[in-house]
Amino acid sequence: MEVYFATPKTTRKFRNLIQDNRVSMLIDNRSNEISDFHRAMAVTVLGKANTVQGDNNNKIMDIYLIKHPYLTDFVNSASCAMVVIHVDKYVLVRRFQEVFELQIKK
Amino acid sequence: MKQLLLSIEEIKETHIGQVGGKALSLARLYQAAFNVPTMICVTTRCYDIFLDLTGLRERILIELNRKDFSDMRWEEIWDASLRIRNMFHHTDFPHGLTSDLKSVLESRFSDNPVVVRSSAPGEDSLRTSFAGLHDSFVNISGPDAILDHIKLVWASLWSDSALLYRQELKLSIEKSAMAVVVQEIVDGDSSGVVFSKSPTDPVSGVVEAVYGLNQGLVDGAVSPDRWILDRSTRKIRSHRHEPRQYYMVPARSGVFLEKLPDNLAGQPPLSDKDVQTVFDLALKSENFFANPQDVEWTKKANRFYVLQSRPISTIKNPDQPDERQWYLSLHRSFENLKSLRNKIENDLIPEMVETAQKLSLVNLAVLSNQDLAHEIENRAVINQKWVDIYWAEFIPYAHGIRLFGQVYNDTVKPQNPYEFIDLLSQTGMASTERNRQMEYLASMLRKKPALAEKLKNLEPLSESNGEEKAFIAEMNRFVESYGDLSCPVTGSRECTQGADALIRLVLEMASHPPVIAEHKNINALQNLFLGSFTGKQKKEALELLELARSSYRLRDDDNIYLGRIEAQLIMAVNEAKQRLKLSEVYPKDQNSIIKLQNSVKMHDRTEPSVKSRHAHTSAKNVRARQLLGQPASNGISRGHARVIYEHAQLAEFRHGEILVCDAVDPNMTFVVPLAAGVVERRGGMLIHGAIIAREYGLACVTGVPDATTLIRTGDYLTVDGFLGIVTIGKE
Repeated sequence: MEVYFATPKTTRKFRNLIQDNRVSMLIDNRSNEISDFHRAMAVTVLGKANTVQGDNNNKIMDIYLIKHPYLTDFVNSASCAMVVIHVDKYVLVRRFQEVFELQIKK
Repeated sequence: MKQLLLSIEEIKETHIGQVGGKALSLARLYQAAFNVPTMICVTTRCYDIFLDLTGLRERILIELNRKDFSDMRWEEIWDASLRIRNMFHHTDFPHGLTSDLKSVLESRFSDNPVVVRSSAPGEDSLRTSFAGLHDSFVNISGPDAILDHIKLVWASLWSDSALLYRQELKLSIEKSAMAVVVQEIVDGDSSGVVFSKSPTDPVSGVVEAVYGLNQGLVDGAVSPDRWILDRSTRKIRSHRHEPRQYYMVPARSGVFLEKLPDNLAGQPPLSDKDVQTVFDLALKSENFFANPQDVEWTKKANRFYVLQSRPISTIKNPDQPDERQWYLSLHRSFENLKSLRNKIENDLIPEMVETAQKLSLVNLAVLSNQDLAHEIENRAVINQKWVDIYWAEFIPYAHGIRLFGQVYNDTVKPQNPYEFIDLLSQTGMASTERNRQMEYLASMLRKKPALAEKLKNLEPLSESNGEEKAFIAEMNRFVESYGDLSCPVTGSRECTQGADALIRLVLEMASHPPVIAEHKNINALQNLFLGSFTGKQKKEALELLELARSSYRLRDDDNIYLGRIEAQLIMAVNEAKQRLKLSEVYPKDQNSIIKLQNSVKMHDRTEPSVKSRHAHTSAKNVRARQLLGQPASNGISRGHARVIYEHAQLAEFRHGEILVCDAVDPNMTFVVPLAAGVVERRGGMLIHGAIIAREYGLACVTGVPDATTLIRTGDYLTVDGFLGIVTIGKE
């Protein structure tokens, strides 16, 4: 299972993940209101990150732009990299204190 | 801007969303010159501000979102409501709000007694009726007391019955709000309700009346006189007089059931002319609202007052039963519970004990096959009869605990909403007594290591050795009273009877220090509670405490009594199975064998009793790391999980393990003294697992969805009994 994101190559984020590709990413649906405490969910993605190379890059970029067409200039820039996270594990937190783990089989 | 308070003169049609139907109809009647006692309405705006400024809104929603509402049993919803009610008790009005409200209440009512009643938007419309589901408080005096009771009316928006009813009607629970009517009380000579159109007979109207306040009629404490009138001629068609001895009067705070003077006991509370006047009032209101109305009225010094008028919601669909009745039945009155107690303690329990005793005297071995088949049928009928009684009488009796809990919390206002349970426990339950006797067996082994060694090595004990003989005698005495623990006496399953399980558990207990149920000093709590009452009310409070104690005791004991009867059925079935096995080798009377086979087929229930329902997440690669349930017994404990799917696994239980199961019943709790903590799928503070865990001072979390599938035997658990969290992780 993979998660893709795009980032400028000049950033500290990009340099860090080239040095050590063990990464975590937090995805949540908070609304910055008090009701987040009972309503919001957060998923932590744990895995290894690599830049997407060669033909695969074009294929992934096409899919990426279907979802985010407004980012076309950004991802087509020479200084932007497409990064893939090969997911080891998802950790889901909801209901304020409930925690579940989904281990991805290799 | 929306206002915090609106007076009876100010409320207009457009305010409906912030004052609710009850307040609006009172204001409209008042403005149309009906005789309505003066009132003001605390709007939903005030409620919203209170919830937002104090943070209570999110506290409530966190409480109700610990699991899916549809996954919550009624008991869990009741528990959540109790906690929410306590939150309201302990949340003060923000300073600015208090002074605004107090000055208006002061100038309008000064110290005159008032009624504080709910008026939730959406309540009492043509489509829905919340009558009786939200609270009202009668005879409250002074701004401080009024403010306290406004909070309680708000809390009743979150009562178990109100939540369930709202869910059933698909009304938003999260967006619900509550307005409150504060109305001057009229200390009526007689009061009642009138239906301009009878809910059951469209050509008639109904007048009901009692002496005193109509609180007695509404609560069902006083039976009313009832008149049926013809809607077209407005003439009385029939009158049923109800001889009564009591009437409801305002007391120091609240209301009190007072003995009716003798000269009034035999007299109807209304003259025929009065009945006519009351009915005219309802017709006038029907005419005004252009809908049949249900009007609450009172009469004082020959003046009639309208206290409330609402549409009759059942008229539209006369074929549809009113579900509200069911939700209302979730709460029972003190009187009702008192008579239930009498019946259970004086008739049902002794009869149960006697039935089991009688059945145990029958020597099954000497019965012919035919007679044995007959005996099985007979025992099955008896067992079913008691199972039915269990559901109809014993289960509702548990409301005694809940009624007491509410009264205790309203009176003492403790920080911990379950403090009241300390007053009910330690009154001697059959299951703790059984565990004490097991501990006694273990103590015999602790003193005689040689005897323990013999049992461990499965060597037979000898009757000629004094110590061994004494131990055998104690064992036999235990088995006679409680069974040998190898089989669950309730929810029978196939299992091999024998003392192995008992010996194993007693040996396990003997190799560790004794565990004895905790004894707390409850005198201080009891004095605190009873000291809040005086005179007649004190006597009632004590009576309620006694009732709650009996109700609490019975909650565990009834299963054990029921288990003894079921055990007799199982014994007869087992005897038949034994014979059927032999008959394969020595076939004799074919006819009687077939009869036996049929009886066994009918009454041998081999389905597992400790069933686990399908988990929401069955995927193997999903692991729970932290599960949420309800905090049911304080403490933190750690240990390896022992997940129990069937009764036989209980014998495997080791000291220091965490008991994890679907639903603990009292016939399983003998392992609790060995356990470090308890985790249960079934939820509630008053379920057996929680009760016994508190007796032994163990951390306990209940209501954990899919506990027995998400947790595996051997998992290392941390049970947080304060917050209701179970963490599954490495040691």
